[in-house]
Amino acid sequence: MFEFSTKAKQLAIGLTVVGAILWVVGFAMNGSSSHEADHGHDAHATEMHADAGHDAHAEEAHDAHAEAGHDAHAEEAHDAHAEAGHDAHVEGAHDVHGHEAHAEHENDYPGEAHAAMIESSYESDRAEEAHADHGHESHAEEAHDAHGAEAHDAHAEHAHHQQQNRPWSALYVAAIFFLGLGLGQLFFLGIQYIAQAGWSAGLLRVMEAQAFTIIIPLIVIALISFLGLAHVHHMFHWMVEGINIEGHENYDEIIAGKRGFLNPTFFIIRVLVYIGGWVWAARMLRKNSLLSDSGDGVEMWKRNRKVGAIFTVFYAVTSSTSAWDLIMSIDTHWFSTLFGWYTFAGMFVSSFAATILVTLYLKSKGLLEWVNDNHIHDLGKFMFAFSVFWTYLWFSQFVLIWYANIPEEVTYYMQRWDQYKVPFFTMLSLNFIFPVLAILSRPAKRVPGTLVMAAVFVLVGHYMDHYVMIMPGTVGDQYGFGLVELGPILFFAGLFIYVMLSNLAKAPLLHKNHPMIVESKHFQQ
Amino acid sequence: MGHTKHNPIVRALFNDDDIVLSAVKDLRANGFHVSEVYSPFPIHGLDEAMGLKRTRLSTAAFFYGLTGLFFASWLTYYTMIMDWPQNIGGKPNSMWFLNMPSFVPVMFELTVFFAAHLMCWSYFAVNGLYPGAKAQNPDPRTTDDHFLMEVELEGDEDALNKKLKDLGALEISKIEA
Repeated sequence: MFEFSTKAKQLAIGLTVVGAILWVVGFAMNGSSSHEADHGHDAHATEMHADAGHDAHAEEAHDAHAEAGHDAHAEEAHDAHAEAGHDAHVEGAHDVHGHEAHAEHENDYPGEAHAAMIESSYESDRAEEAHADHGHESHAEEAHDAHGAEAHDAHAEHAHHQQQNRPWSALYVAAIFFLGLGLGQLFFLGIQYIAQAGWSAGLLRVMEAQAFTIIIPLIVIALISFLGLAHVHHMFHWMVEGINIEGHENYDEIIAGKRGFLNPTFFIIRVLVYIGGWVWAARMLRKNSLLSDSGDGVEMWKRNRKVGAIFTVFYAVTSSTSAWDLIMSIDTHWFSTLFGWYTFAGMFVSSFAATILVTLYLKSKGLLEWVNDNHIHDLGKFMFAFSVFWTYLWFSQFVLIWYANIPEEVTYYMQRWDQYKVPFFTMLSLNFIFPVLAILSRPAKRVPGTLVMAAVFVLVGHYMDHYVMIMPGTVGDQYGFGLVELGPILFFAGLFIYVMLSNLAKAPLLHKNHPMIVESKHFQQ
Repeated sequence: MGHTKHNPIVRALFNDDDIVLSAVKDLRANGFHVSEVYSPFPIHGLDEAMGLKRTRLSTAAFFYGLTGLFFASWLTYYTMIMDWPQNIGGKPNSMWFLNMPSFVPVMFELTVFFAAHLMCWSYFAVNGLYPGAKAQNPDPRTTDDHFLMEVELEGDEDALNKKLKDLGALEISKIEA
């Protein structure tokens, strides 16, 4: 029987309180410093804006230019060309300036504004070059100046909104990450029953306790996303007012087309269904498991098998839809069909890392004496295998988009490449290269030291993975790692430890009437 | 495999894998040398109980995989960049690294291919398995539902026979070295 010591309790509560304070302080400082940020980002804003203006301008000019070129070709090349090109150019620049670029910058959504910039710059690379050849540089500069001055304010406001999103996004990233730690093991627990797994019977109590840790992150996630519906923050593009009303200043045709799925009522229902279904499964699996201690182990095992089967089917659907709702809808224009599995794989592997840490902690206390090197080895194998699986899905998503190079898809990665290069590559190496190097070999998975090291890599890496999933769409280039990021991590870590250990302390660690507990004790591989 | 054939061998036939496993543990604990066990299927923990050295096949596999990875990198570089640059989907064909993501499937497949095939051949070579090789199992029943254990005879033959009978052996025979 595990005892939740006062020291551990104090640590957990301390982490929670300190984390909460840090976040609140960070939130307050973020509010007061965001005006400074406005000024500080002036130069930057102008710069980015000028880029967009120039690019869009080049794009328009490209078409006109090409046409003019054809006409001119028939007659005397040089004169006609210069003239036609010039006219078209002025017109083109004005058009773009008036509509496209300007509209984008009234938008509060960094990911997509940026996306639009990249799109236009991407398409017009060639145009720009051709253009320069004909000596129109002076034009480009004129357009740039006029444009930059006018829309400058819009962009400063845009950066301000990004700054305001940051504490919310930071809290959200940590909530999603810690949700994954519990949710992965809840799914794994269900799998143990429907697969009639014997080896893991001695570890089920750890998984049960870990599954309960989903509750607090779920509450926070629901709270943040519902606050978005009330326009408290601007994390979700599709939640903005009038986004689906034609003629409204915020009208967005693409998002209006997704309104059948992404509308407030249906969203709230879905989030409540996820919470209801997942918490129900965690409670049922735990209840039947505890009942078996004083009653019929086989009967309770059969009941849990049913719960596991129902939950697995439910989770098969909700793991994908929840990833769309909670993460992918931040970049509302963008979509990826395997985003759900990719998110699931990340959650699953980080939950194994947490299970390994908790199991080794319990073993270091002299508990779980029936869990031997073979069980630890298997947990290590799962963590290793799902690291590779995560990489496989990550790469599958990446390579198709990279190869097809369709502007509406590729902007997602171009923003991460432009603004998030360091976290992007750090998380890739932490999530793939480090686990492969550290725990590929068999002996490494049987030594607690290397496993703990790999588990920490994986946890840090998957926090960063979620960070790179969420932050670009909510704060754009206004990201960083400060109080608002550190606070939520400590907050949820404290609550994770508290919920986990207090649930472990409530029941014996040995699931003694589990029909396969003897097999688990003799497990050898 | 690998035992010195100075002593005569006693062969004992069993019909249960658990009995074989506990017999091996018992004999080794009593100072006997179990040189070989023939089994229709792998018995978990038997290699450890027999005190066999850990296979180095997995280390070899790592380097086989690495060979495959380098081969695939060279192959894609030579065919797609150097010898006959191809413009596929407008992807850069002047530098291997810039076009690397499109070669990852090839690199992955050849890594697996090399690791799997070379491991298989290494296994055959080490175990002397080649087309036409003679079967090494002394009793055909070990390919069906029986287990055969070979113990080196050092000293008292009757004591060993009695021990084997006690441990559940069905048949015992002696082979001179």
